[in-house]
Amino acid sequence: MTAATAEAEPATPLTPPAAEHKPKRNVLPYLLLAPGVLWLIVFFLVPIITAVSASVQTGSIDEGFTLTWRWANYSDMFSLYNSEIVHSVIYSVTCTVLCLLLGYPLAYFIAFRGGRWKNLLMALVIAPAFTSFLIRTIAWETILADHGPVTRVLMDLRLTNVMAHMGLLTNDHQLLNSPFSVIFGMVYNFLPFTVLPLYTSLEKIDPRLHEAGADLYCSAYRTWRYVTWPLSLPGVIAGTLLTFIPAVGDYVNAYMLGSPNTMVIGQVIENQALRTELGYPIASAMGVVLTAGTLIIVLGYVKKAGTEDLL
Amino acid sequence: MIFKFFDWIKAHLLLFVTILILVFLVAPNVVMLVFSFNQPANKYNFVWNKFSTNAWQNPCASADMCSAIKLSVVIAVIATVGATALGTMVAFAMMRHRFKARSALNVLLFLPMAAPEVTMGMTLVTFFYNTIGSGSLGFWTIVIAHVMFSLSYVVVTVKARLSGMDPTLENAAADLYATPVQTFRRVTLPLVMPGILAAALLSFALSIDDYIITVLTAGNEVTFPMYVYASFQHSVPAQIDVIGSTMLLITLIGIACAQVPQIVKSMRASSAA
Amino acid sequence: MSTFDAVGDLRLQGLTKRFGSFTAVDGLDLTIAQGSFFALLGASGCGKTTTLRMVSGLEAPTAGRIYLGDAEVTDTKPYKRPVNTVFQNYALFPHLDIFENVAFGLRRRGVKDVKKQVEDMLTLVELGHLARRKPAQLSGGQQQRVAVARALINQPQVLLLDEPLGALDLKLRRQMQIELKHIQTEVGLTFVHVTHDQEEAMTMADTIAVMNAGRIEQMGSPEELYENPATTFVANFLGQSNLVAGTVAGRDGDTVTVESHGRRMSLPAARCRAESGAAIIGVRPEKVHLAADGAQIPAGRNVLDGGVVTDASFIGVSTQYLVKMPWGQELAVFEQNSGQEIHRPGSEVSLHWEPGQTFGLDGGQDIDAGAETDEEAAS
Repeated sequence: MTAATAEAEPATPLTPPAAEHKPKRNVLPYLLLAPGVLWLIVFFLVPIITAVSASVQTGSIDEGFTLTWRWANYSDMFSLYNSEIVHSVIYSVTCTVLCLLLGYPLAYFIAFRGGRWKNLLMALVIAPAFTSFLIRTIAWETILADHGPVTRVLMDLRLTNVMAHMGLLTNDHQLLNSPFSVIFGMVYNFLPFTVLPLYTSLEKIDPRLHEAGADLYCSAYRTWRYVTWPLSLPGVIAGTLLTFIPAVGDYVNAYMLGSPNTMVIGQVIENQALRTELGYPIASAMGVVLTAGTLIIVLGYVKKAGTEDLL
Repeated sequence: MIFKFFDWIKAHLLLFVTILILVFLVAPNVVMLVFSFNQPANKYNFVWNKFSTNAWQNPCASADMCSAIKLSVVIAVIATVGATALGTMVAFAMMRHRFKARSALNVLLFLPMAAPEVTMGMTLVTFFYNTIGSGSLGFWTIVIAHVMFSLSYVVVTVKARLSGMDPTLENAAADLYATPVQTFRRVTLPLVMPGILAAALLSFALSIDDYIITVLTAGNEVTFPMYVYASFQHSVPAQIDVIGSTMLLITLIGIACAQVPQIVKSMRASSAA
Repeated sequence: MSTFDAVGDLRLQGLTKRFGSFTAVDGLDLTIAQGSFFALLGASGCGKTTTLRMVSGLEAPTAGRIYLGDAEVTDTKPYKRPVNTVFQNYALFPHLDIFENVAFGLRRRGVKDVKKQVEDMLTLVELGHLARRKPAQLSGGQQQRVAVARALINQPQVLLLDEPLGALDLKLRRQMQIELKHIQTEVGLTFVHVTHDQEEAMTMADTIAVMNAGRIEQMGSPEELYENPATTFVANFLGQSNLVAGTVAGRDGDTVTVESHGRRMSLPAARCRAESGAAIIGVRPEKVHLAADGAQIPAGRNVLDGGVVTDASFIGVSTQYLVKMPWGQELAVFEQNSGQEIHRPGSEVSLHWEPGQTFGLDGGQDIDAGAETDEEAAS
């Protein structure tokens, strides 16, 4: 079989011919995976299914709920809570766009100009997360207070008038209890979610590519537009995903920094689930719709980008 | 004079924007620290009144708050142990072994990080209603929920650490007469440990700070975030800022401690070179 | 008998490794004598590292057997074999200092007092003063020596070296080649060295096996392989060869005559592997001389006339010529610069050499097999 000039093997007639080894089925990985995967299946996936079933039930906490296939729960949801749904979508889209506009330059700076301070700067970005997010959201009450410096400066500059006309503020002398403060709080809380994937993506770009761009006649803007931006796209998409989807369901910002006029569906779900006697099926319907939306977006992303870079 | 300032901004636009955003991110922490030394004029600690260390000296003026804190800590510890154990095993399986359905696993692990908390909480509640009944919501359902949403973060963190580890090291250990158990104990574990610790820290932080999923699965229990949210309408005492500041300081000290060995190592290396 | 006590020659029998539909190692039969310095030489992807891993136990063969002396070790776990590896990237444990790295194997075998052995070994590789440093604080050359020390200290029956010098710069590499050869001679262990660098293999090894696509093309001493290659692959891979296609014209006692492009050449029958029909005539460039047209050529030589010099590169030690022959092929000639005239490009020349320096190969092979391509030139 070989063209070798090796010495002839000493004859061992009693040894059977070398048999093909069968690959052993390794069980260990499945044992390692089982507890975690089962936990997620039972407490993440299965509940989604039960929620689908719950969303078509009727009843109350006292009487119990029965499966009546009441699909009207879904249409009720849209008719009853129309404004809350609109609020959620508008706030989260605005928040995501702003996070991207602010987060990209920040991530870019740290990745390319950070040098030795990269880790420290990223720590500063994550630093807000080191305290309870409720408490630091409350801190904005102080910073944006009615007679505080920020409000007064903006009032003097007549910006509050403009913003009130745009519908961002409820009146022209208050920054709080308005869509503005809600979105402000959301951007504050979600910025790290955008910056982290962006930074990861930008950091992988070889800075010598910028030099190559300059060498090939690109101005700073064009280098960014044709070299950096396309390469950072995976990070942009991941960051957008990880910001927008959680933002749609968030309601702590709306609760603490907003007013009854800025209610979002998160609050509705919580109320219906915990406080109202009849609301549990509707809350489930809302949960199902949100989950379905999430799944569609994530699966769409996975289809385009593959699953290897997800985690 | 003012034009020179604007010139500088234009030349260093990126730096300027970065500084602004970093100030934006850090401001609330600073406010919180400062206002923990405030004695508010009314029930809401929003406006500076006068300096006082009263809140620091009487952190548990509200007994309910402190019992909520205790509950949060206990839950966080248990959930951290659970999530870290399960997540580390999954990370090892993903990085060191071959198995089927890898893509499906990636998606399954990604979803809890991307999904809105309110849907995870809501669906979990319906699940509990239908299986163990609404009366059983409480301590353990909170723990179950916390392990569930921390798991993916643990996997990501440990995976990152494992991927940075030279895979031939385990080969070398086997080549040098170490059985698989010995290899794990003497080579793999020491090298992965920083990642596992980081994952545990992350899991702890996520658990102790969680509101949305917790409130839905808590039944009659009250954790610290729930306390803050519920009492927000009628009072925000300075003690809240004290607790927040304490959390911040503990985290900062923890990170500093974690960085010290790094700094010492790089100092030694530069002196040895 | 515990496999730790296995002693003797290393024997590979029908060793095969398949990854799905890709066969990395194809039925290898090989015996490596105990105490020899053996080199497995081949380009990347030829299966040499896979073979090494199967010998160390880190890779399980798809088929075939491995024997150490009389003991079969095919299915023995790597941590039970008296075989140690020096890895390509050294694989030093970053969290242990040098002392503990070197002591690792001894400790796992239960040796209680390791101090003396470790210190002696570190002295042997001249790293005694760095015992308490961590690997990250050492230079590449120092790390490489730690890797060797860590393996040697266990006195394995076979020491496997997986391209251990690849990451070192030229000067350091030469130094390490000499040191490793020296250590092997002193210690008397069987060394199996895997490399793609043919100069390295020829410098260090007693026996070389050239591997290609999972099989062994030829095995023998460096001189045998170089002066009398068995296939076009070996002829092209080891050094450079001029290979010219032709047909066997006749055999007269000890001499074989081959006809090629209208010219006749002769070579000793012992150096001709083609019995009849198509054959490939080969001669190394440094064995060939150039004669300007009309110049006197000594009698009895093989002559290829009608060539035109297309390139003459002065290297210092020699001048390397490229000569284009009438049938389109470009042949290489290396003439040592011992005072003769340089043939300028464009000159018409004839190539001539001693028939005894010729080798003859089977005609059916690819004439370019093993020649350096753009992809391989970078290494």
